[in-house]
Amino acid sequence: MKKTVFLGALTVAGLAAGAAAAGTLDDVKARGKLNCGVTTGLVGFAAPDANGVWNGFDVGMCRAVAAAVFGDPAAVEFVPTTGKTRFTALASGEVDMLARNTTWTFSRDVDLKFEFVGVNYYDGQGFMVPKALGVSSAKELDGATVCIQTGTTTELNLADFFRANNISYEPVPIETNAEAQQQYLAGACDVYTTDASGLAATRASFEDPSAHVVLPEIISKEPLGPLVRHGDSEWGDVARWTLNALIAAEELGVTSANIDELAKGTNNPEINRLLGSEGNLGEMLGLSADWAVKAIKAGGNYGELFEKNIGENTPIGLARGLNAQWTDGGLLYSPPFR
Amino acid sequence: MTTFTDPHKESFRLSMLIYDTRYRSMTIQVVAMFGFMLMAAWLINNTIQNLNALGKPIDFGFFSEPASYDINQRLIEYNSRDSHLRASFVGLLNTLMVAAMGCALATVLGVVIGVLRLSGNWLVARIMTVYVETFRNVPVLLWIVFFMAMLIETLPAPNAFRGENATASMWLGDSVAVTNRGLYVPEPLFSRSLGDVSFFGAFNISLDLIAIVAVLAGGLYVSHRIKVRADRVQEATGIRPTTWYQRLGVVAVPVIVLLAGLGFHLGFPALKGFNFQGGIYMRNSLLALWLALSLYTAAFIAEIVRAGILAISRGQTEAAAALGLRPNRIMNLVILPQALRVIIPPLISQYLNLTKNSSLAIAVGYMDITGTLGGITMNQTGRELECVLLLMLVYLTISLSISLVMNWYNERVKLVER
Repeated sequence: MKKTVFLGALTVAGLAAGAAAAGTLDDVKARGKLNCGVTTGLVGFAAPDANGVWNGFDVGMCRAVAAAVFGDPAAVEFVPTTGKTRFTALASGEVDMLARNTTWTFSRDVDLKFEFVGVNYYDGQGFMVPKALGVSSAKELDGATVCIQTGTTTELNLADFFRANNISYEPVPIETNAEAQQQYLAGACDVYTTDASGLAATRASFEDPSAHVVLPEIISKEPLGPLVRHGDSEWGDVARWTLNALIAAEELGVTSANIDELAKGTNNPEINRLLGSEGNLGEMLGLSADWAVKAIKAGGNYGELFEKNIGENTPIGLARGLNAQWTDGGLLYSPPFR
Repeated sequence: MTTFTDPHKESFRLSMLIYDTRYRSMTIQVVAMFGFMLMAAWLINNTIQNLNALGKPIDFGFFSEPASYDINQRLIEYNSRDSHLRASFVGLLNTLMVAAMGCALATVLGVVIGVLRLSGNWLVARIMTVYVETFRNVPVLLWIVFFMAMLIETLPAPNAFRGENATASMWLGDSVAVTNRGLYVPEPLFSRSLGDVSFFGAFNISLDLIAIVAVLAGGLYVSHRIKVRADRVQEATGIRPTTWYQRLGVVAVPVIVLLAGLGFHLGFPALKGFNFQGGIYMRNSLLALWLALSLYTAAFIAEIVRAGILAISRGQTEAAAALGLRPNRIMNLVILPQALRVIIPPLISQYLNLTKNSSLAIAVGYMDITGTLGGITMNQTGRELECVLLLMLVYLTISLSISLVMNWYNERVKLVER
């Protein structure tokens, strides 16, 4: 009897060790919802509203992927992560994808074993100071106290920038955007630095946004994009092509308003392939034929998402700039749907 | 039927390992040991296999690469080009500093509060009860965050000290600045400094400091000799010679002479640019963490001290009073020396708790070892397992060292049994 118990225990141990990770897409489908890592709260990009419903530009990306997989943009469990916890959350499988204004860098892609599926916002690091300080350039910040979110690329850029310009500063590491805001507004730091889009979003939530200025220097390239774990290309493809579908939809003039009309078939074969009335692109991804229709209907195409959450008519008021379509002089350029 | 005769040696059978009470416990222990070792081996093997499958085999090579981030509070030279190893070391020193400061303040506060809680004065005793109950019944993380918020929101920003109509002013004749970024106090400077001495090329220690500590230690030793001699004279003749001026002299005079020789003067903080410059800068994060940890742990130490004092029989107090000792001498000469034997062992564990609680430092952005090695380094290199394992090892080493020292002290003060 002792022997059987012992052998039984061995078998259980062996089974547990042998259980290899199945494909993320299958896991997500089996679970019935997408676990998406977002920020702990950055207005415009990802923040819960008064009813607890998550809204924002990055949230839109999560919802589009959920819609492409399930046809339901609400089938998302949002997992708030800090700059420090996000990679562990993704690597451990707690979330299926991260849409959390994360900069695409070599070491994150190669060494940290993640796969960036594209860029959904071309950004750069900036500085915000109170207007009363009378500073007009980041090079005048010698000796300043700088609030910075820890665990981000901005922390490294900041060190490089001040070192390269041979000026000193006092870093105040902070865990979340909300804490940074509190310290900055109380005057415990002179400067708040993060991605320029994040600065605009943070400033928009201030009582008096006009009392603060974003300095003209952009000290880094910060291509922000959604990312998934390395080594599961099928799931990476789903996220990548959902993002591309949103970008291509804007380029092709497909919006949430006219999509039902266009989905019935048009004279443009590329639109037909994208929306599934021609070809079998959806099937190749392991999704339904109208996956892109659902993804675009979830929150609109890339341009609609941008205008609704962070565009010039919102309190955040970001111009398209580099994030315009390539046809308008921007950097957005989706590979063809063919 | 049971038999009470011992079995013959030749008649040993394998089944006796289970059915014979002489062997059974050994058998069970061996089996359990094997099971435990198998479990551990499986866990380790599983981890290594999974890390390999993930393409991240265990590798400590990242320690020699440049850290690329800055640390605000550094007790040794450090810049963003130094290695991750050095950044971890800077964090370790910060941890040790806040732990040492915290243990010292918590002990002083704890002893005072513990004694006062037993005070005959109703009001004082009740106030101390309220203090103890509030502090030890709220999680220490909340206290840390609360103290930080208080510092940031209530104190003036450096800006408020500026200009003609400044709303804030410095304290003690413009020598101390209290701002919401921290506390600036005058720093000791030496115009004829002896310079630094380098240790293993890794960090420098000021020779001035070493000289002062050496002279002070020498003075204290001579002072102790004087006391021993005075004791002997008192025992022999019954009259204690007056020695306080000698003892004060041998400690103070050499130090003063040395300081004058080194050209000692104070450097005062002054508002320059964005911040105060000069002076010793105690950051708000350090202050918040230090105060919160100390006040929180002091509440526990107060209870330990109170328990220790109550453990001493009341007869001791009465006997001492009958001999004509005054209350504070009874406490210092009779009660506390005996109570210490009860107090020290639980005090050790409070010191350990305080040190481990200091890892909550990141809540206020204090760069301790959890913030550097377990925070930014881990995040930038993606070496979670390596960093966390090392971090655990570091805390284990610190804790065991504290235990060792305190156990040695406990051995010294405990009752010698015959």
